[in-house]
Amino acid sequence: MTEPDVAAVFRAEYGRSVATLTRFLGDIDLAEEAVQEAFAVAVGRWPAAGFPPNPGGWITTTARNKAIDRLRHESARDGKHAEAVRIGASPSTGSSARIDTELIDPGEIERVEEDAVPDDRLRLIFTCCHPALAREAQIALTLRLLCGLTTPEIARAFLVPEPTMGQRISRAKKKIKAARIPYRVPAEHELPERLPPVLAAVYLTFTAGYTATSGPDLVRADLCEEAVRLARLLVDLMPDEPEAAGLLALLLLTHARRRARSDPEGAPVLLTDQDRSLWDAAAIAEGHALVRRCLRRNAPGPYQLQAAINAVHTDAARAADTDWRQILALYDQLLALTPTPVVALNRAVALAEVAGPEAGLEAADAALASGQALGRWHLFHATRAELLTRLGRDAESREALRCAVALATNDAERRLLDRRLLDRRLSDSA
Amino acid sequence: MTQYLLSVWADESTFADMSEADLQRAYSQVDVFNKELEASGSWVFAGGLHASRTATVVRSVNGEVTTTDGPFAETKEVMGGFWVIKADDLDAALVWAAKGSAACMGPVEVRPFQDEPQ
Repeated sequence: MTEPDVAAVFRAEYGRSVATLTRFLGDIDLAEEAVQEAFAVAVGRWPAAGFPPNPGGWITTTARNKAIDRLRHESARDGKHAEAVRIGASPSTGSSARIDTELIDPGEIERVEEDAVPDDRLRLIFTCCHPALAREAQIALTLRLLCGLTTPEIARAFLVPEPTMGQRISRAKKKIKAARIPYRVPAEHELPERLPPVLAAVYLTFTAGYTATSGPDLVRADLCEEAVRLARLLVDLMPDEPEAAGLLALLLLTHARRRARSDPEGAPVLLTDQDRSLWDAAAIAEGHALVRRCLRRNAPGPYQLQAAINAVHTDAARAADTDWRQILALYDQLLALTPTPVVALNRAVALAEVAGPEAGLEAADAALASGQALGRWHLFHATRAELLTRLGRDAESREALRCAVALATNDAERRLLDRRLLDRRLSDSA
Repeated sequence: MTQYLLSVWADESTFADMSEADLQRAYSQVDVFNKELEASGSWVFAGGLHASRTATVVRSVNGEVTTTDGPFAETKEVMGGFWVIKADDLDAALVWAAKGSAACMGPVEVRPFQDEPQ
């Protein structure tokens, strides 16, 4: 067996330890400090003394002891009997009890190391993605607390200055504390309101990694990996939520194509032109199995439908084998559930494959009429350009491509569109 | 328990445009809500305010007092009334806010009070 390194343990265990300590201490900042202190001890000790049998349990226990030591020290300094340690909110009432550090049972600490640590990560996710926090703050907090990413790492991933990201995170933490955002998993009847922001935070983390909105890298793989990890965690913790499974399937099936998505120069390769042997077969198999499980449950939602669409795409050995009728039927369902211009545009693409470019173009233009913002999106114009080419309306197609190039925010995508525009000119002059 | 300010915000002109029947409906709904709040033990204080043009702003700087016709901020949206409640956590306060919003037919801002010094 290869020795795990401390960094690997950190990646795997940070979120769980912070979640447990937050319940124990009733304070996210104290929890983070304690866990970081415990890792500092581990870095000094493990490489020489060897790794403990349960590194995660060791970290949690050590962090707990550090926190207790600190509270005892502070209470002695303050001359109080014992500074109260707040034990987390009870799930039924959300109320908090205060107990003395003296009352913490040392036996319990031992048990933490022996048994599986009770998984508090679900509480932590729901706290991070509470609807009272701004979406950007939800995502940043989740990456910081659950995934153990540092503030500079998150700032780099979202292309914002480090102080901005630091402020975003600290403000969110202050709000959690001041407004008393509870540390609990919502009750069943609250989930319809509370689950979507959690899924959206994970989904948006993935999309931020998948297509950098600007700058040179098409895929910031780290964010995609984190999002897949988070989605997997949600499925583990909420196995009965079909939309959580749908989200994981969607991310797996999308991420499975990452190696085929760009050519050696970094330019994006469209789905039709991708070398399907580069797809990650294991991820696709896992995604397909999840989609089948969702179908059996028959409680479709937006993530499950998008996953099903991706399952149909990845089921085809060659682009020409794609079952577009099936995809169109799924888009019809998706459009009924989420009637957004972007879904309408994607449905138009599927319709073009089934009923011809004329019908597709008509549907694309109807999508624009339903949401003018679509006109500022480069892919809308790229789609129109493609359909116009198929209809032999070359001048209009070139015009649409020029709009697409002007609106593209990602260097690699702009290069692809530029190349198509160039190809078009060359074929015209030939 | 934390105390929260639940303030009701509205464009004053929409109040002026409200029919007598709608106003009466809002009053009676708020009355029902207030009773529920009191019965639950979450009530601390509440009140509806007169129009913002009835406000006066006072500034005392170095013992010198100036008094001006208010309100302090000339905004379209003004606070029309408020509740002060106590609740276990933000989720509990948000449930009250949703009921209060339905009763007074307007948006309700939820803001925590600072802890009392121990």
